[in-house]
Amino acid sequence: MFIINCPFCGEREQSEFKAGGEAHIERPKQPTELSDDEWAEYLFMRKNIKGIQFERWNHMHGCRKWFNMARDTSNDEIKAIYKIGEKPPIK
Amino acid sequence: MKNRYSIFSLIKNAFSYHENWEKAWKDPAPKKKYDAVIVGGGGHGLATAYYLAKKHNIKNIAVVEKGWIGGGNTGRNTTIIRSNYLWDASAGLYNHALKIWEDLSQELNYNVMFSQRGVMNLAHNLQDVRDLKRRTHANRLNGIDAEYLNTEEIKKFCPIINTSPHIRYPVLGGTLQRRAGTARHDAVAWGYARGADEMGVDIIQNCEVKAIKRNGDSVEGIETTKGFIKTNKIGVVAAGHSSVIANMAGLKLPLESKPLQALVSEPVKPIIDTVVMSNAVHAYVSQSDKGELVIGAGTDDYISYSQKGSHDIVEGTLNAILELYPIFSRMRMLRQWGGIVDISPDASPIISKTSIKGLYFNCGWGTGGFKATPGSGDLFAHTIANDEPHELNAAFNINRFVSGDLVDEHGAAAVAH
Repeated sequence: MFIINCPFCGEREQSEFKAGGEAHIERPKQPTELSDDEWAEYLFMRKNIKGIQFERWNHMHGCRKWFNMARDTSNDEIKAIYKIGEKPPIK
Repeated sequence: MKNRYSIFSLIKNAFSYHENWEKAWKDPAPKKKYDAVIVGGGGHGLATAYYLAKKHNIKNIAVVEKGWIGGGNTGRNTTIIRSNYLWDASAGLYNHALKIWEDLSQELNYNVMFSQRGVMNLAHNLQDVRDLKRRTHANRLNGIDAEYLNTEEIKKFCPIINTSPHIRYPVLGGTLQRRAGTARHDAVAWGYARGADEMGVDIIQNCEVKAIKRNGDSVEGIETTKGFIKTNKIGVVAAGHSSVIANMAGLKLPLESKPLQALVSEPVKPIIDTVVMSNAVHAYVSQSDKGELVIGAGTDDYISYSQKGSHDIVEGTLNAILELYPIFSRMRMLRQWGGIVDISPDASPIISKTSIKGLYFNCGWGTGGFKATPGSGDLFAHTIANDEPHELNAAFNINRFVSGDLVDEHGAAAVAH
């Protein structure tokens, strides 16, 4: 368990939030023109990184807004929190 | 040839105060080259090496393990074994494993303490009842023993369950697979390790894979903390770390690694002689031979490799346990731990070749891999030796995520494995 600093509400317990998985996966602009491989890549394939991962979170039991997070998945340390649509502030 | 374990060897060694037992497996330094290397020394990896040596006559094999054998999810699961899965492909896979379990102690000359004490799955609402009845019929059509029990029959089979109609999620019925049960998880790893070692397999512990060397579309070897090992066949059975290894070869897998927690209570006298699982309230419980209640919790929903989980998951599980078993209200919990499980989109495993020649993956077992250990090893060994899947694991190829031919056990089987 860890504390998450919601950009809209401030510090809250992680149990108030819902993890939304890997961030910055763009929905294909022309879905009808994708091959099966490209669909599989978009739908199923994940980086599943051990280390700094960029991911989406939703403050489900709070403001219910989405935001992005950079977190070290090897020790659950949060490195940065930034808004949806923004580029990650760290590498 | 190793000394066989028997009552006579036990008596003989008692005379020397058990100080002269032969080592169950050696601790060799890696050779320069192997015919096949298995990455991951858990139950599945060791079983794979065992069956490769035994059934496919490949003797020059190494199992490389970054920690100690059986120290990952093999030693962290709640040891439940069952095969009552809904879909035909899953039924074939898990029942294959269950059949091997039934003779495993004799085969390995190692007591894996397989105990067919039965596994019950409870229904708490009408949809559960319909789903479990459907699954019972599907199981029977696949030759898997399954019974549907009503509330009175459940109370009779496991008297400590609270079957009052007035609890929040009343017990409306459930299924029972009598051939299902539990086994001693460490013994499974140790037994396979001893058996594989006897056939010449090198079990190399404290040896972490750092890179996979490729030559175009095929593999040439692995770079490890104990040096470079040349091989043309690499079988990866790294559970929660599968994506990390895949990344070394430039592959992406359809997996997410998440913490799954379990806990045990202080030991008490025998009180529950079966395994009871509940999907809806997400709690499952059995009792170990030492007397501890073994309780499985759910996964956290975020990706993590930290082998810790959130406290609220444990709290939710214990709430459910206490409602179903009020008798445990003053029981104290002794230990809690987490393991990292690799969850696939359809909650079914991947036992498959990959786009890289000589690189094979056995992963995606998620929250329920222990029960499949012998079958998984057997089928993965077949896949590696023949460069083709066995008919029982053909459906569990990695291309199903491209073709869409998923084995969707999410919701179909018990969420808790």
